[in-house]
Amino acid sequence: MGCVEELNYEILMRDASFKECREYIKSHFSESIDVEPGFKIFDIHTIGVPPIAVGFDGDYVIFPYTKPCHGTFLLRVQDAVEAARLRALKKVQK
Amino acid sequence: MDPDTSPQKTVLFVLGCPQVPVQTSIALYLISRFKAAGITPIIAGNKAANTLLLVADPDRHYIGEIMDLDRAVAQITEKKRDFDRCFVFIHNDAGISYAATMAVISKARLYALVYGEHQEDLVGQITFPCTTIAAKAVHNPLPLKKAIDVVAPWAA
Repeated sequence: MGCVEELNYEILMRDASFKECREYIKSHFSESIDVEPGFKIFDIHTIGVPPIAVGFDGDYVIFPYTKPCHGTFLLRVQDAVEAARLRALKKVQK
Repeated sequence: MDPDTSPQKTVLFVLGCPQVPVQTSIALYLISRFKAAGITPIIAGNKAANTLLLVADPDRHYIGEIMDLDRAVAQITEKKRDFDRCFVFIHNDAGISYAATMAVISKARLYALVYGEHQEDLVGQITFPCTTIAAKAVHNPLPLKKAIDVVAPWAA
């Protein structure tokens, strides 16, 4: 199990709802995939109402991260390897 | 993993942010009821929510196993563990997210325990299969206790 604090992340949205995060990803990024709750991104199990949208912007991965007291954060993390791994799933989903 | 591989039934309580006072009181109440029914309670919460319970029950009359929420999600997702029943405490959007997650990753019978100022809006966001128990309870736990007693989930 990973820890989000180990990632060099940028916060795009904070204290957001899961719905706001999904809509932001769909409207701001031309590339995205949908994943189920529990799916691992950067070794972190995602939390949310399915389908959970994950966006791509070059080598950046944009994904929601939920904390019980602070709602959902939309994070942007640069990682070419993880972006490639997730993009490969996009081809499978099509 | 099947949720019911041992003869001892289990119930997982997924705690939310403890900023709404009724959570700790209702959690202890449910733990007491389930223990009396012979069902083993397991608690999963963040540090603050878990510490509120541990301080309220220093001799561990009620609390048995208690774990970090992220660890519980990881164990269930990785099929290392599951439970017979799961209660998710919901008073905000994050609570809905955790309950929806449990509906997907766990085979447990799911209960959404909805309370707080925005309980009606939150109930409207529940789109996954579960038993919903809801009351507008913030400081006074009795409306929520009453709603729970009607369902009597420890006897179901």
